[in-house]
Amino acid sequence: MKFRGKIVDIVCIQQFTNIVGTISKLVKTCIMRITEDKVFFILSERIGDGGAQMWCELDQSHFFDEYAMDGVSAEANEIYLEVMPDLMLKALKTAHSAKWIKLKLTKKNTPCLTMEIDLPTGGPHQRQVVHDIPVNVVPRKHWPDYTEPEMPKFDVSITMPQLKLMKNVIDKMKNLSNYLSLSANRSGEMKLSVETDMVAVSTHFQNLLNPTWGNQDGCQILQSSQGQEEFATARIDIRKFAQFLNGQQVNPKRVICNIVHHRMVHFFLMHEDLSLQYFLPVISR
Amino acid sequence: MLSAQRDDDDSQYLLVAKLDNARNVSNILKAIHFKDIATVIASPLGLKVTVEDAKCVQANAFIQESIFHHYHIKEDQLAFKINLTVLLECLTIFGSSATTPSGNTTLKMCYAGYGCPLILMLEEDGVLTDCSLKTLEPDEVLDFDFSSANVVNKIIMKSECLKEVFSELDTTSEVLQILISPDQPYLQFSTFGNAGSTHSSFPKDSEMVESFLSNQTQTNRYKISLLKPSVKALNLSTRISIRTDSRGFLSLQYMIKTEDGQICFVEYYCAPDEEITDDPET
Repeated sequence: MKFRGKIVDIVCIQQFTNIVGTISKLVKTCIMRITEDKVFFILSERIGDGGAQMWCELDQSHFFDEYAMDGVSAEANEIYLEVMPDLMLKALKTAHSAKWIKLKLTKKNTPCLTMEIDLPTGGPHQRQVVHDIPVNVVPRKHWPDYTEPEMPKFDVSITMPQLKLMKNVIDKMKNLSNYLSLSANRSGEMKLSVETDMVAVSTHFQNLLNPTWGNQDGCQILQSSQGQEEFATARIDIRKFAQFLNGQQVNPKRVICNIVHHRMVHFFLMHEDLSLQYFLPVISR
Repeated sequence: MLSAQRDDDDSQYLLVAKLDNARNVSNILKAIHFKDIATVIASPLGLKVTVEDAKCVQANAFIQESIFHHYHIKEDQLAFKINLTVLLECLTIFGSSATTPSGNTTLKMCYAGYGCPLILMLEEDGVLTDCSLKTLEPDEVLDFDFSSANVVNKIIMKSECLKEVFSELDTTSEVLQILISPDQPYLQFSTFGNAGSTHSSFPKDSEMVESFLSNQTQTNRYKISLLKPSVKALNLSTRISIRTDSRGFLSLQYMIKTEDGQICFVEYYCAPDEEITDDPET
């Protein structure tokens, strides 16, 4: 089992830092899956812990200038590591002006993800910072726990409104209630509502886009007889949603929200060379 | 279209108030927000919102009718209690500072009468928020019986210099002592905390003091925990009037400028701390 990668481009270093930052806001530990052409960050919470799922996919060739890996075996040429994104972020914070960073799977007392950071000196000397981030190697029998979540057959797919305004609204709503009803229809309308003994608040966004999904992406538009105006609704944990909104640092081109009526919400952050999916299950009354 | 439909229904409401900038109201309400529950009294003059604590301190915010660009009330007086914390969260739902360049939250507030919820409709940048807040049975608000005829001392000053005094109050002291006197030290704030005593004095001819009327020397003590919330009002205000009456009751009136340059008033009344006479050492 071997893994080493080198990132040189400062934009890529920053982008990588932002992704790890986003993930560290969402989860304490996650799986880093390394394959020949991609690096994944995966979370799959047990139902009892909230049942949230995250799937983040990075194109190896975009980020890494050098990339070499040998999986567990020839036929299972992959590596699954359990990492704490927060520790990775702390290490990456020293790399904001780095000339390059190297990621390596090493064996110290425990398996480690070693991060070598080469910092500019302005002279002939080299200045290096080395971080050893302890990781757990996930045995092969547990790999099936971290398969890609299926793209749900959603009832409504809609682009999210301006995230800043939405963040404000959610931050206020989270002081009022623990649960949020997120609804949207196929006429470009989205509704956020909370309801408690004291107050009912509902915010309406209009003129949003309903993207169409081609079958080649593996997603389908669920053909149903419901009208365009009809809302699909999901009641979710408002804190998790707020975490997701507040934590994201990747400035995606587009955020898409897919709702499976009374089942789950699926957020899709799209950027050129990465994608992040976040699944929140419905919390029943 | 949505709002046009709503306008048609306005006849059912006893109170309808509209405002171009919801922050004008939310900022003033923040100045009295030290308890969850507030009493709202609406009259043709405007809204009076009252918050009380421990039957010893009362804060009133006056939002006169001219602050609103539309204000219509069908009765002489409407009263209800409301959760102020929730009301403030609703009023600032789009953020408490301007988020967009066009940046104003418009507000429409409606109340249909006893037992009905307070309806808020807010809009910013084409995004609408509807809120329906439960109203509660109103209680009698305290009457501090503070009449200008009994006022002994009265000082009007710029708020600026007091902001420092109040924001750095030694909270290990149980009381804040206010001394007002026709002679030196004129106006003095004192605390008596674990680490020692502090005294801040203002001469009456300080340029911060705009008017100084003192008929007799008065030294009163007020619970710091009761006065501390008034810092919120002080920080928003430009001028303050400090008055005490013959019983030692304190009235603090704050002049607050809204973002549109209009003037609003917030007042705090506070009862003096009772002297304990059966102190064994005296």
